[in-house]
Amino acid sequence: MIPDASSTSVEAWSRPRAPQWSFIASLVIVCLGAVVVFTMTQWLDRYAVTLCALLLINAALAVSLTVSNGLSGLFSLGHPAFMTIGAYVAAILTFPATRKGTMLPDLPEWLAAIEAPMLPAVLLGGGVAGLVSLVVGYAVLRLKGHYLAVATLGLIIVVQGLVRNWDGLTRGGSGLSGLPRHVDIWWAYGYLVIVVALAWRIKYSSLGRAIMAVRENELAAECSGINSARLKILAFSVGAVLAGVGGALTAHLISVITPGTFSIVLAFNLVVMVVIGGAGSITGAVLAAAGITLLSESLRPVEEAANLYGLSQVVVAVCLIAVLYMRPSGLFGSGEPSIVKRIFGGRGQA
Amino acid sequence: MTQYVFQQVINGLALGSLYALLAIGFSMIYGIVRLINFAHGDLVMIGGFATLALVSAGVPWPVILVFVLCVGAMAGIAIETVVFRPMRGADQVTGFIATLAVSIAIQNSTLMALSGQPRNFSFPAFMRQRIDIAGSSASLTDLTIIGLTLLLIGGLFLIVYRTKMGQAMRATAENLTAARLMGVAVNRTIMTAFAIGSALAAVAGLFWGGKFGQIDPLMGFEPGLKAFVACVIGGVGSIGGAMLGGYILGLAEILFVGLLPQEYSGYRDTFVFLLLIVILLVRPSGLFIRQTEERA
Repeated sequence: MIPDASSTSVEAWSRPRAPQWSFIASLVIVCLGAVVVFTMTQWLDRYAVTLCALLLINAALAVSLTVSNGLSGLFSLGHPAFMTIGAYVAAILTFPATRKGTMLPDLPEWLAAIEAPMLPAVLLGGGVAGLVSLVVGYAVLRLKGHYLAVATLGLIIVVQGLVRNWDGLTRGGSGLSGLPRHVDIWWAYGYLVIVVALAWRIKYSSLGRAIMAVRENELAAECSGINSARLKILAFSVGAVLAGVGGALTAHLISVITPGTFSIVLAFNLVVMVVIGGAGSITGAVLAAAGITLLSESLRPVEEAANLYGLSQVVVAVCLIAVLYMRPSGLFGSGEPSIVKRIFGGRGQA
Repeated sequence: MTQYVFQQVINGLALGSLYALLAIGFSMIYGIVRLINFAHGDLVMIGGFATLALVSAGVPWPVILVFVLCVGAMAGIAIETVVFRPMRGADQVTGFIATLAVSIAIQNSTLMALSGQPRNFSFPAFMRQRIDIAGSSASLTDLTIIGLTLLLIGGLFLIVYRTKMGQAMRATAENLTAARLMGVAVNRTIMTAFAIGSALAAVAGLFWGGKFGQIDPLMGFEPGLKAFVACVIGGVGSIGGAMLGGYILGLAEILFVGLLPQEYSGYRDTFVFLLLIVILLVRPSGLFIRQTEERA
């Protein structure tokens, strides 16, 4: 992490980019994106629009995993667990009150009477996921490398087991179907914008630098007065809150949630997106998420026509192995391409 | 009551044998290349389907056992040479992601080739009879699994502790560079470790099919993960520890289901993985080993 001459040169420091400029540029890009989304809603059929919404949510989830894994160097596979928690919390809140009584007998009275609007439900879903992640993180983040990976994988199974067996609250294995379709592509787009903005703010702040310092060398970071344990839990929990929100949005987009909706395969796919994009690179995560979602969706007709279910997963896995061979640090490493940094105003090497 | 407990213990030992067979391979591979091989569980599936193919070809059972060992060994060697050897020296997490990718690729290729439909699988009829032991009875399948597993593990210990190759393996596990400098053919040693571990996993697949009567392309996932738990219980990297861990996990799982009221049995996997998290936190290097390496 020795800064090279170009980033610390007199030229770079003497003309600091005005923060307003990057703010306006980002705003323009967000508006352009909104125009694209609007055209899509006008021109594409409903299936394609839902697909695009899923793509946006996937991209946002990959970025949230970049915060909790990429920046901090942790290797957690627990995202689907937090998505499941967020989705169920939100689904129980928004579920039509008339059907709650018969389908979910274990709900406390006050919960059974509520039929919450989408926004508070989503926020609560994210919040509960975040609380769980604080408790879990306190315990498992002492583990390193693949031990953490397997422990968080275990977390997915623990959460799925609880959801599957707590019939009175979750309807067990059959899941909750017929959720109100509150979420459309605009929700997905807004979620992506917020997640990317948040991730960007974190990455290019002193907080982000501290988190990345823990990744590069924990001992050195602690010697410089960084509380590494706290930062790891923070990164883990930010990712978990965003995952909980993402899970809630997905459930209300496809209007169904079952214990298996967010599975270990999803954990794998998200990790693939982060690894291919480059751990810690926000641009990379967005591009890889879009690329992989498009790739596996475009293979779906082939799967159906040739009766080759599983083909898309094989292709994704082979892509991953190829990237690990040829470019182990991913497309963009830990950094952002310079043109993106020019627009959004990132500083320094990363 | 004692009879019930006895049956549960036999049942637990049989399940524990399966976990032990898998966990030993896991542990050998980890001990030598410091790689948690996620694809290890899928060898159970490969072993299961190999058995099914051989049964339908009319091969006698003892020959099937030998064949399945060979199939597993060859699959292990193939995985090692194609994927893991080019990545040797990469960091832990990269290796782990690669094994995850291999596992997903194997599972889905099998899904593509054979469809996800579970296949029936059964041992010959005489294996299903029950045998009386001291007033209680146990199924011959379970007893055979327990007996053959002990034989296989005995053979493994002979290889590891009484042959030149075993010595090379232990040396490589101790220190790869030093072993290479002493003239150990490291690549061949690693390949042998993969072959032996995978062969045991494939046999576990044969037993798994016989015990539970069904096999499908995704069947290896759960036993693979649980074998990892067994390894952690015994201390990852130790063969004896992995074996004991397998038996402990099998017994604990069956007793959890058998002795608690019915409504808790759905929480079986939850219990296993909570156990994993607790052990990783309390005794990260396993129940039997002194702390040697940093895991937490």
